[in-house]
Amino acid sequence: MKWGDVLRNGWDAIRNHKLRSALTSLGILIGIAAVVLTVGLGQGAQKQVADRLSALGGNLLIVSPGSSTSGGLRGGFGSASTLTTADADALSARSAAPDVAGVAPVLQSSNQSLVNGPTNWTTSVVGTTPSWLSVRGRDLSSGRFITAADEKEAAAVAVLASDTAQELFGPLDPVGQSVTINSVPYEVVGVLTSAGSDSTTNLDDQAIVPLSTASQRIVGGTSRTSVQTIYVKASSPGRLGAAYQETNAILQYRHGVTSSAGADFSITTQQSVIDTTSSVNTTLTNLLIGVAALSLIVGGIGVMNIMLVSVKERTREIGLRKALGGTPAVIRRQFLCEASMLGLTGGLLGVATGVGGALTLPHFIDSPVTLSVPWILIAIAVAIAIGIGFGVYPAARAARLSPIDALRSE
Amino acid sequence: MATEPVIELRDVRKAYEMGTVRVEALRGVSLRIDPGEYVAIMGPSGSGKSTLMHILGCLDVPTEGTYRLAGEDVSTLDDVELAEIRNRRIGFVFQQFNLLPSLTALRNVELPLSYAAIDRATRHRRARESLARVGLDDRLHHRPGELSGGQQQRVAVARAVATDPALVLADEPTGNLDSAATADVLALFDELHRAGRTVVLITHEAEVAARAARTVRIRDGAIEDALVAS
Repeated sequence: MKWGDVLRNGWDAIRNHKLRSALTSLGILIGIAAVVLTVGLGQGAQKQVADRLSALGGNLLIVSPGSSTSGGLRGGFGSASTLTTADADALSARSAAPDVAGVAPVLQSSNQSLVNGPTNWTTSVVGTTPSWLSVRGRDLSSGRFITAADEKEAAAVAVLASDTAQELFGPLDPVGQSVTINSVPYEVVGVLTSAGSDSTTNLDDQAIVPLSTASQRIVGGTSRTSVQTIYVKASSPGRLGAAYQETNAILQYRHGVTSSAGADFSITTQQSVIDTTSSVNTTLTNLLIGVAALSLIVGGIGVMNIMLVSVKERTREIGLRKALGGTPAVIRRQFLCEASMLGLTGGLLGVATGVGGALTLPHFIDSPVTLSVPWILIAIAVAIAIGIGFGVYPAARAARLSPIDALRSE
Repeated sequence: MATEPVIELRDVRKAYEMGTVRVEALRGVSLRIDPGEYVAIMGPSGSGKSTLMHILGCLDVPTEGTYRLAGEDVSTLDDVELAEIRNRRIGFVFQQFNLLPSLTALRNVELPLSYAAIDRATRHRRARESLARVGLDDRLHHRPGELSGGQQQRVAVARAVATDPALVLADEPTGNLDSAATADVLALFDELHRAGRTVVLITHEAEVAARAARTVRIRDGAIEDALVAS
């Protein structure tokens, strides 16, 4: 028998029992729809995290100072103040570091009390240069950012992040208002847009002041030129590696170290943060896929059940087909084909349901859903495989029937 | 080849194990049927008639003895080979018609042709011709449920001859028909006979058997009046 005829036979059998076939496919439909949605949600969440991190500077290198040794005790990374504004200036040189798009040295002081009349709010104050805005990938909702002139004059100006502005000024526009830090009044010149949180800090709760202002009036310390962190932005995510090499080479040269083992600084990337978040998401996605797989197995058992009923019911038909020349192999193929078509039907309807869900779900919950074509194709293949897998036993039973007994049955 | 018999049974025995009891359904049947013969096999129920029909139809193989169908020894073939022989050599007509209810008359007749892996166009043509020969060319696209019993049996006859088999084997073909339809179907067998087909008809009705040119009586697993053609 030709394959075209086998397929046609299978399709006829399914069409002759529309309701039954539809109900049988339902189990697979639900499983496949769940897989498509789960994977879509998982990938959507992963993409969201990646997008958010890259908006916060996905091309970002974070340079921290090395450790200090005091009385024989070695402090952790960042305890030494080996990085200076001169280091930051050197990294900004296009000729030495062509893959570096921007450099923002940062001096930060947490637990600073900001006061606006009767209201006060404790947050961290970040001293940095005008390039911070582009290096960290932030935007202003109103006013302006710190300028080179502010930096030069160590001006008493501040830019507030959105939550900080909200806490201190409520619904009022803080631009032009004054806020007191360490008993010194600062003019609020701008407000940042909301950026959410990274893994450890609320990016919407901070106050930005010029670096020079921070080092002279807020942080203090022994060296007026040392900084805590230098953010280095690569020209593109693809150039991150090159930017890393350049940054490392420049700093090693400037600090007079020859090997990375002796370096008094360390460079990290946001990639490690993305990796952590991804692995959490992957675990969750795998768990949900496991649940979907269970429902697919239940769906497969449904297929097997209905195929067994079908073989029983059509014993006479099988007998006739054998009498007319159907070999056991052809009979087996016919029933396998029917089972795989049930799987395929469930799979296609499941994908349609999953895609429909993926398109409507983001309107109701705050999660993006990413549809991936490879996963959809895998889902359909799995649905067919389930049909075949669970059809093997019923098909073998049909193929084994003796034509005489089968023809005699009522 | 003209002298080679269509059916040649030599001392065929068939025994079944029913639990611990051995039942001999056929006890040494020898039978020769030549091409173009119209033979009725008659016998009461329990005579071994059905067993003989199963063996003649290659639905079963003898325990002992040989069966040559159109010159080919089929007594030792396996399931797959038997299925192929049935498809090529034998056209079945059953008491219950055994048409597939979901298929049209045309596709029912095409069924054995599809198992022979004949392409669709040829299949259509041969099935149409076959249905025209039984006078149903205006019922090609009717399903069995839309046809009378007589018409259904005619579709079954069309299906039996569509593959151009060496043997048309009819098992109580009129058992489910009223007298008008019976006459109708028997006329059809007469016609097949006149057209030179070999027809073997199994029945327990004397008036049906009377239409055949030769009657073979079977009782207790053996042929009663051994009318083996010379």
